[in-house]
This record gives sequence, structure tokens and C-alpha cells, in this order.
Amino acid sequence: MSAPVLDLSLVPPLGEPRPTPVPEVHRTTMPNGLQLVVVPRPGVPLVELRLRVPFAASAPRQAAVHAARTSVLTGGLLLGTAGRDQLEIAQLLQTHGGELSVSADADRMLLSTTLLPGGLRPVLDLVAELLTAATYPAGPVDAERSRVVERIGIARSQPGVIARSALAARRYGAHPYAQQLPAAELVAAVTPAALRKLHRDRVLPAGSTLVLVGDVDPVAATDAVGTALAGWVAEGKAVSAAPVPTLVPGPLELVHRSGAVQSNVRLGGPAPGRTDPQLPAVRLASMVFGGYFSSRLVENIRERRGYTYSPRSSVEHLMAGSSFTVEADVATGVTGPALLETVYELGRMALTPVTEAELDSARRYLLGTMALGTSTHAGLASTLSALFGAGLGAEWLAEHQRALATVPVAEVTEAARRWLAPAGLTAVVVGDAEEVADQLRVLGPVEVTAPAAEQA
Amino acid sequence: MTAAQGDLVLRHPVERFTLDNGLRVVLAPDRSVPVVAVSVFYDVGMRSEPPGRTGFAHLFEHMMFQGSANVPKMEHARLVQAAGGTFNGSTHQDYTNYFQALPAEALERAIFLEADRMAAPAITEENLRNQIDVVKEEIRVNVLNRPYGAFPWLQLPPIAFESFANTHDGYGSFVDLESSTVEDATDFFSRYYAPANAVLCIGGDLDVAETEALVRRWFDQVPARPAPPAPAVGEPSPTTVRRGVVEDRLAPAPAVAIGWRVPDPVGDLDTYLGTVLLAELLSEGDASRLERRLLHTDRLAVAQSSYLGLFGDPFDVRDATLLVSQVHHPADVPVDRVLAAVHEEVDKVATDGVPADELARVTARTEAQLLQQADSVLGRTLGFASAELIHGRAELAGELAARLAAVTPEQVQTAARGLSPDTAAILELRATGAAR
Repeated sequence: MSAPVLDLSLVPPLGEPRPTPVPEVHRTTMPNGLQLVVVPRPGVPLVELRLRVPFAASAPRQAAVHAARTSVLTGGLLLGTAGRDQLEIAQLLQTHGGELSVSADADRMLLSTTLLPGGLRPVLDLVAELLTAATYPAGPVDAERSRVVERIGIARSQPGVIARSALAARRYGAHPYAQQLPAAELVAAVTPAALRKLHRDRVLPAGSTLVLVGDVDPVAATDAVGTALAGWVAEGKAVSAAPVPTLVPGPLELVHRSGAVQSNVRLGGPAPGRTDPQLPAVRLASMVFGGYFSSRLVENIRERRGYTYSPRSSVEHLMAGSSFTVEADVATGVTGPALLETVYELGRMALTPVTEAELDSARRYLLGTMALGTSTHAGLASTLSALFGAGLGAEWLAEHQRALATVPVAEVTEAARRWLAPAGLTAVVVGDAEEVADQLRVLGPVEVTAPAAEQA
Repeated sequence: MTAAQGDLVLRHPVERFTLDNGLRVVLAPDRSVPVVAVSVFYDVGMRSEPPGRTGFAHLFEHMMFQGSANVPKMEHARLVQAAGGTFNGSTHQDYTNYFQALPAEALERAIFLEADRMAAPAITEENLRNQIDVVKEEIRVNVLNRPYGAFPWLQLPPIAFESFANTHDGYGSFVDLESSTVEDATDFFSRYYAPANAVLCIGGDLDVAETEALVRRWFDQVPARPAPPAPAVGEPSPTTVRRGVVEDRLAPAPAVAIGWRVPDPVGDLDTYLGTVLLAELLSEGDASRLERRLLHTDRLAVAQSSYLGLFGDPFDVRDATLLVSQVHHPADVPVDRVLAAVHEEVDKVATDGVPADELARVTARTEAQLLQQADSVLGRTLGFASAELIHGRAELAGELAARLAAVTPEQVQTAARGLSPDTAAILELRATGAAR
């Protein structure tokens, strides 16, 4: 078969865009300082709940211990309250279709569940009980701590985790964001008393945000939250992370992983934050470079050369600093060539303009996927939780969409020059050093290290 | 039960018709958000592969993104994404699907793209060699370069089943992948990608009459070919316990998977529904039997899960299939202690039955999960499509919550009696590498 040529006259044109519904956001600050966001929306008879509690380490020297304690506290929160044991907590949630997941990252702790609408009040009462009367009982905490240690061991054996940890360590230095997985020996030393103190100090209504999306009546839900959470009145102010340092990228770090049949290539650097006027341009530049299938990086190292399965780039936000990152897991034998092509495509972004067609495609994709991502209860709840947690509001979505719609090519080039230039990015490769070090040295200096688990 | 019985049937109307070329079409309109999902499910999966061509269904899935008669390479992605949409495809045991979620105004474009590649995908030597390389990297990412990569979905079937269809590696051996030819691909396409062997399902913000006209405009021209005979994927139930051991040099800790044959998900759906709730009762959440016993009471494990079908969706597989319980446990816990505890918990259900209040809680949780999946236009559309292809009735997807709510404690007890330790397939994963 001869290669087809795209005959655009044959492709059906797009119809008239239909308006995306604007979410009806009811925002209240409760007397205890908790921010409440309620969004009723049509769809399935479910409510999505997200409670975001600021949980950053208070200072770099506390970061390692804070991460260790937090890793046990997230599971420990569900181990018992003054009135209920672990099983009773789980059964109550299950009765209403829910299962509470408690997770944490470098900025916050997040309690998240779906529930059947009739369960709103009892689940809110339970959440209040967890917030004000979690007991961290010794036996169950001991068991949870052992499980966390085992799980950390399993996580550290994943090459993607090794790569992410190495990149964070290199990019953030002494800043708490360098801390990806806590050290097992610090986790093993976490006591119930330490968890109770951490809970008392940090699980505070001030700075926290509760989001309810779905089959809810805003007035009734606000009343229910007001009554259920009235007793959550801890004193204290939320802690946010200190600004991230500006580090000059060092030489490429090659983390040796003996016998690896692939190399995990990671590049990362700073990016503009959510309120920075350059953010829309950088998001668009990242899309054109490697943010979706139609990008230059995918066309080059996957569809032309077959070096990799899913190369990608992204812009991500933490409270104290945003990131542009590039990831590709490539065959060991082509690690050097894959990095060469990646750096070439980054340099091309930074030095020469993208085409109008590339920009238009990226623009429509970002706008379309923002609409898709907020078209479910769960997607909207998570998006709003992140926005309100960052001190922004739902209006950020519309403002960002307007900005994306108008960024010209010149601004994308300017943004790429500043944020995508390969010289400004920190590079890490996890792979078999005996196979790939010489390939990588062709492109610049290489520092070979052992995985973090073997260093200590 | 927290939701009234009457609320449990999703009220999405389903319209269906069949084109002259045999393509079955299902339309599921819902105009609450301006999003449409377009999906094509072909009745060919990993279990259809012949000896010597392991992994071919999945490799061929990649070939369907390499362009088609009127669409050059990369343009399929560009035409969807530049319209603000997303796309993907996936290969399962019994089917291969392709789908897009897009703003409603891009509906006809997606229909055009699916029709163009159903008529004539661009199967060239260059594209095939390129995608063999890409698939090898996919297998390295997901299986070869990570701990537990094949556990248990590629490692358990050879122990649990007998026939080639059920036991072979559906991701494919590198030898088979590398020896694949353009001729293999065109034969495979000609045999399995006939319109009469596919279901087109479109859901979301659409007008039924307009959409039917668009479907006819683009799909009527795809030439008819006979559908292939259904592959033989059923096999007799096992009568003995079977055990196997694999070594994982990347894994820091051991794991074990137990697979039991379960009733025919299609031919014996009512009995099977009891098994579906049994899996939830055993493993879903902190209140479940195995979570309590293995993690909290006996402290034998760090993680456990139970599910039906190797890919975790109980309703998109045919017979023969398994209920799998998998457990990750510390190295100092002997695997036989884990197995004994699992068997004991199953036996308690088989012997003592299930309290009605416990089953009501399990059902409420299962309902909420089904609703959550149905909240996205794409999730709902894929559910309708797989129900139409596997069960012959798209409507089943909307009725599942109500059907599960009607399952009795006795049905769950009966299901547990089927999980005998004497006919289980047991796969032990030994961690042979140092932690790294």
C-alpha cells in the first residue's frame, strides 16, 4: 500500500462548539477557618468528597522525620477513634458506598472518597471524629508501621521510583521537596505518641479545604458540614513549604541499576506557577514538545525510531515551585541516541518557532481535555481541591482557558527559550552503567551513582 | 441498602441497529455534558491468537494507529487531539477496542477515522518494524524491567489452564513478535476485523437520528466479510490442585496468587453475580474478610486483592475465567501460612454463609463503584460496548447495580463453595534478587 496523503476535504469539519456548563460553586468559610466548596451537578447519584489539609515539612532539617511520620499517619488515621475501632470505621464508610483514602505529598494530606448521597451526614460525622478523636492505638500502629516499611521496600525496587527520587534529590538539594520516599529506619522509629503530636500540630481547620461535588443540595450540605465539623477547632496556622532553591544543573547523573534492560531518562527544571502569566505559553510549549501523542518527541523517538513506548513531558505544580519534566523509558542499547534526540527537540523548541498548526492543535487539546477532566464529579472535585488548596478559585479555570486561547507563537517561543532549554534542565538516567555510561559521555559529563537504597 | 432499588437502573436509553455489512451499532445518548465517546470493539483478543503468533492481537492493535487509506501516519492522533479529544486502544482476553472521547462537535470526525481504518489500515513493512520495536519497549516497561511485571496476569494462566488459547503469553514472546510479517498482519485483519465481527458504540451528547445518518454515511462503505467462528476458549474445570513457582530477580519481597475457576460469566450470569460479590466481600477495603485477616488480625501480608478476569473487569470476559486472590507478604512469612489463611476465610463463607448486613454494605460499595465508572461519558460508553459484545445486550451495563443488589447471601455462599483448595491454581513468586 502506498503511503496515503491527507486530503483535508475528506475529513469532516468540526461542528459548532457547544457551551461547557460552568460549575455552580458555593464557597463558605466556616467559623473554625475551614474553607467549604460545594458544587451541585447533574450526573450519577454520588457525592465526591475531598478534604485537603496543608502538611508541608516546617523546615528542611525536619523533612526526613516529617515524611516518615506522615507515611504512617495517613494509614494510622483510620485505625481507631475514641468511639470506633478500625473495622467499625471501615464498615460505616462501606454502608454508604465509600472507602476513605488518605494520602499525602510534600504539600498536603488528602482525605478522599465517593459516597451515596444519603450517606453525606454520617460520613461527615465520621470525618469529624477522625479529625478530632483519632487515637493511633499502639498495636494497630505497630502493624501499620511494618506494612509501610515493606511497601517502601517494594516501591524502591521500581525503576520509575528510583528515577523520580534521584531527580528530586538533584533538583531540590536540602529543600524538603527532595524527600520522595521516607527512609525505612525512620519509619520504623515512628511512635503512636509522635503521630498524636503530629496530628495535634498539623491537622488543623485553618488552611484546610473541604470540597463536595455531585448530588448535593448546597444549603443542606453547608448546614451538615457546619454541624458535623463545628467541633474541629484546633488552634494553629497552616505551614507551607519554603520557596525552592534555584540550583544550577550539575552533570548528568547516571544511577547504576545492574542488568537493566531499559534506561529511565528524566529531565526536569522549574516552570511558572499557576498565577504566572507565562504559564499558558509554557503549557503549550510542553504540549508541542512532548505533552501528547501528536508531539515532536513522540513522533521522533517512538513513531520514527522505535526507541521507547511512552515518552512524555508535563508541567506540574507544588505549592512552593512548579516543574517542567521530560520522561522516557528507552531500550538500553539506544540510551545515548534517545537522549540526543530528546535534547535536540528541546533545543529546537527553545531556538526556533513552532508552527501555527502545532500551536493550534496543542491549544485545542488543552482546552478539550480540561473540559473532559472536569466533566465528572470525581474529576471536578479533584481539580477544585487542588485550586482552592493553592489559594485560587474556580474562576482560575475560565481565566486560564481564555489565556490559552490567545497565546501567540512568539510567546510560546519565548517561554520555551526560558523554561525548556536543555541547558537549564537537570538530567538523570537510571540504567546499567556498564552498558550506557560510554554512550552518555559522548553528550557531556556523566556522574555515576548507586541507587539511594544502596547508598545509606 | 441506602439507595432505593428503583434508583439502581441507569436510565440511559440504548438504541441499536445493524448495517448491511454486519456492523452492530449501539447509540447511548445523554446530553448532560457536551462530550461524546466513540468506540469500536472487535471480537478478537489475546485468546484468539494461534501458536507461533503470541502477542499478535496486541501488536495489531498498534498497527491500527499507523494510518489508514485516507489518513497518513500520525494524522489519526492529530485529527483527534487537535479537536480537543483523547484516544486510545487496548487489547483484552476476548476483544480489542479503540476509542475516542471528544467535544461533541467532533463526532463526525471520529466516526470517519474509525470507518477509514476499519476499511483499510496502513499495514506496511516500515510501520510493522517500527511498532514491533515500540511493543518491545512497552513489554520492557511493564514486564521485564520492573518487579512483579508479569505477576500474576502472564504467570498464572499457564498453571491454571490447559489450552493454548488460555495459557499463552498474550503480550507475546520477542521471537514471535520479531518474526511477524506484513502478510500475517493483512491475514489477521482480513480474518478478524470484518465489520460483522465488531460493535460500534457511541455515547454522550448526540442526537440519535443524526448520528445514525453519520454512521451510515461512513460505515456503509466498509465492505462486508464473514465474521470468523468464535474461538474455543472454554475448557473443562480442573479436578486437582496445581502449583507453580516463578523467580523474580527484581522483586524485594515474595507474593502469591491463587486462581479458582468460576462459573461461566455469560452462560451462567446469575450464578456468576454471586462470585462477583464474593470477590468484593473478600477483598474490597478495610472491612473485607482478607484485608482484616491477612493484614490486620494475623499480620501476614502487606497488600491483598481479589478480582475476576485477568484484567480486573468481571463483565468483559467469557468462560473460562478465574477469581484471583493475590497477596504480597513479607519474606519471613511462609507462603503456606498465607494460603491456609485465605482458604480458611473462603471456607468460613462457604460454611457459615454471609450476614445480610455485611452483604448489604458490600453491595452498596459495589454500586457506588459502578456509578462512578458510569459518570464519565467514556466509561459509560465502554461499559455499554463490552456488554453488547460479550453479553449480547448493551443494556446489561445499566442494569448491573440492580442485578447485584438482588444477589442473596445464599448465592454468595454457593460461590464460596466453588473456591475449593483442592482445585486451586497456586502461583508462588519468589524474590531472588537483592533489594535494588
